[in-house]
Amino acid sequence: MRRIISVLLENEPGALSRVVGLFSQRNYNIETLTVAPTEDETLSRLTVTTTGSDKVIEQITKQLNKLIEVVKLVDLTEGSHIERELMLVKLKATGSQRAEIKRTVDIFRGQIVDVTSSVYTVQLAGDSEKLDGFIQAVGTSGILEVVRTGVSGIARGEKVLSL
Amino acid sequence: MELLSGADMLIRSLQDEGIEYIYGYPGGAALHIYDALFRQDKVKHILVRHEQAAVHMADGYARATGKPGTVLVTSGPGATNTITGIATAFMDSIPMVVLCGQVASTLIGEDAFQETDMMGVSRPVVKHNLSVRHPEEIPEVIRKAYYIAATGRPGPVVVDIPKDMTTPNERYEYSYPKKVKLRSYNPAVRGHAGQIKKAVDMLMAAKRPMIYAGGGVILGKASSQLTELTKTLGFPITNTLMGIGCYPATDKQHLGWLGMHGTYEANMAMHHSDLILCVGARFDDRVTNATEKFCPGARIIHIDIDPASISKTIDADVPIVGPVDAVLKEMLSLVKESKDKPDADALAAWWKQIEEWRAFHGMRYETSPDVIKPQEVVEMLWKLTNGDAFVTSDVGQHQMFAAQYYKFDKPNRWINSGGLGTMGFGLPAAMGIKLTHPDDEVLCFTGEGSIQMNIQELSTCKQYNLPVKIINLNNQALGMVKQWQDMNYESRHAESYMESLPDFIKLAEAYGHVGVRIERKEDLEPKLKEVLAMKDKLVFVDIYVDRFEHVYPMQVARGSMKDMWLSKTERV
Ligand SMILES: Cc1ncc(C[n+]2csc(CCOP(=O)(O)OP(=O)(O)O)c2C)c(N)n1
Ligand SMILES: [Mg+2]
Repeated sequence: MRRIISVLLENEPGALSRVVGLFSQRNYNIETLTVAPTEDETLSRLTVTTTGSDKVIEQITKQLNKLIEVVKLVDLTEGSHIERELMLVKLKATGSQRAEIKRTVDIFRGQIVDVTSSVYTVQLAGDSEKLDGFIQAVGTSGILEVVRTGVSGIARGEKVLSL
Repeated sequence: MELLSGADMLIRSLQDEGIEYIYGYPGGAALHIYDALFRQDKVKHILVRHEQAAVHMADGYARATGKPGTVLVTSGPGATNTITGIATAFMDSIPMVVLCGQVASTLIGEDAFQETDMMGVSRPVVKHNLSVRHPEEIPEVIRKAYYIAATGRPGPVVVDIPKDMTTPNERYEYSYPKKVKLRSYNPAVRGHAGQIKKAVDMLMAAKRPMIYAGGGVILGKASSQLTELTKTLGFPITNTLMGIGCYPATDKQHLGWLGMHGTYEANMAMHHSDLILCVGARFDDRVTNATEKFCPGARIIHIDIDPASISKTIDADVPIVGPVDAVLKEMLSLVKESKDKPDADALAAWWKQIEEWRAFHGMRYETSPDVIKPQEVVEMLWKLTNGDAFVTSDVGQHQMFAAQYYKFDKPNRWINSGGLGTMGFGLPAAMGIKLTHPDDEVLCFTGEGSIQMNIQELSTCKQYNLPVKIINLNNQALGMVKQWQDMNYESRHAESYMESLPDFIKLAEAYGHVGVRIERKEDLEPKLKEVLAMKDKLVFVDIYVDRFEHVYPMQVARGSMKDMWLSKTERV
């Protein structure tokens, strides 16, 4: 099953490489990985999406917790949560394609953030499925370039991941 | 406050940490530190002949004393030479701190002379590593390193020290922190009371219980608690290769050790048990054999300080995370208070069954009128040393024979590389022990393959007068490899035969020691007595043993715990 694990990490050099190293050493999957400092500059927040059996996921969380620089973590998929990913897509846009793309972008609540006579650059945020859906809708033949940030997530309601 | 250079702060920190010995080898990036060592006499430095040996020495010391060992090496090749030793300690959860010189911080990343990314290279085989970014941090970094190495599930910690952190003329205020606090590292201090209660109820209700103890009992200094609990319950007990000595081997409740080369009775009892109390062990593949066939009727209570060890390979019914000594103590008082008692009838029937297994096989081997069997060498040395020696081992058949036929009644006496299986471990580990236990007998069981992986340390033994006894069970082959080739590759001995062996007697003599060769069976006892009588000499005893011997029992690959070869021809 796909999981979103959110980690508070000491903002120290080398801490990220330990997390990434752990996944490759122990043969765990990483599908996406995002990391950035938080409002507390001594902490980074890292989000990793992975897949595995319940047993593997349990090991992943235990092994992550064992890393000295991991302060706290939560498997967001255990409760209701919000997940977001940002995507920028460069699309071929000439002639009648331009209106067609504009319509699709509107349906997906995206924005065209840059325009030339032959290219649109589209920005889209949402869960990963929505971004996949957009790519399908416009078709890969028109796509010149895709960049995705990977998933960030946060629990719904009162629950917070903090010290 | 005192003003000290980074190098002096480092050495002062070691003094304040109570470090007696460090094992190491100098080089450019570590020279400021070596100079600081030279100008004091509290911390004694042992100069090895290869950095790997320094780590194994620190490791042997740590395993025998329960205190973290300390290593000091230079950058680049000095640091990379320690990796096998660090990985050995990591696999067996041995506390140690490895101090590595590094090129100056201004040069890092420029492929400077003797630069390697030791933080990156060591990362997968350390509990943690730390790099010094400012000389003033040194006391805190050192305190943290020892704290992390020795607490929770212990392990090796590497400290990377760029040369400009130890510059002689830059001085800073020195004070050694009494305490460290790490918000992200809080090992459990006691087990969950509800889980412990649940476990005790299960123990009382069990019909065919087994206690399965591991190296965690020794690391957690919980042998006396384990022994008392086992005696109180009257249950059978087995332990892993790493747990040898955690419960007296000569006691009748002890079934020997379990797993690939464990005893018939221990493996049978595990397979047929209905409840396993696992204490500080980790259901490793050399114990469980095929996990899907593992002990089909058993429920499992698993006590461990490391939550990641629990339900990693075999699912636990009752997990208990905590220090083994504290958890066992709590269990014991619940057992004593409990109105319930273990089911006496069921237990009697269970013991009857176990005694039948024990009588069927026990530990046995065929003796021969003229050839020396490796097992009998071990047995004889066990008797001649009253079972009270510190025994280190290398890796191979001799390791298994030593573990099977030397009966350890005390913890911290059987010292071997169980997890990584590192040939070359035995001699330096023995040296680390002898240094701090000069009045104890220290034996190193080895093979002619393994001993040559760190034979250069005979020179270190001369320099520091370390009269260990090297027992070379010479079968003129990489015996364990050959055994697998006999069993799985129709005896095609690909590269497992050691031709052109050195004359070990002359070699020992060249290093200034004594060499004794034993080839005839009738010489074995008198010569071993002579060897042990040479208290102040390192003696290299080269014993020609049966070249065709195999280690048995041996679990059948991909079988259950009870599927074993008992000899070359008997399979159960
Ligand atoms: C560093 C290292 N390399 C290779 C091995 C694989 N190996 C395991 S046992 C063994 C043979 C050891 O030979 P010897 O020391 O003579 O012991 P014997 O089995 O003959 O008693 C080998 C090569 C190992 N464990 N460690
Ligand atoms: Mg051999």
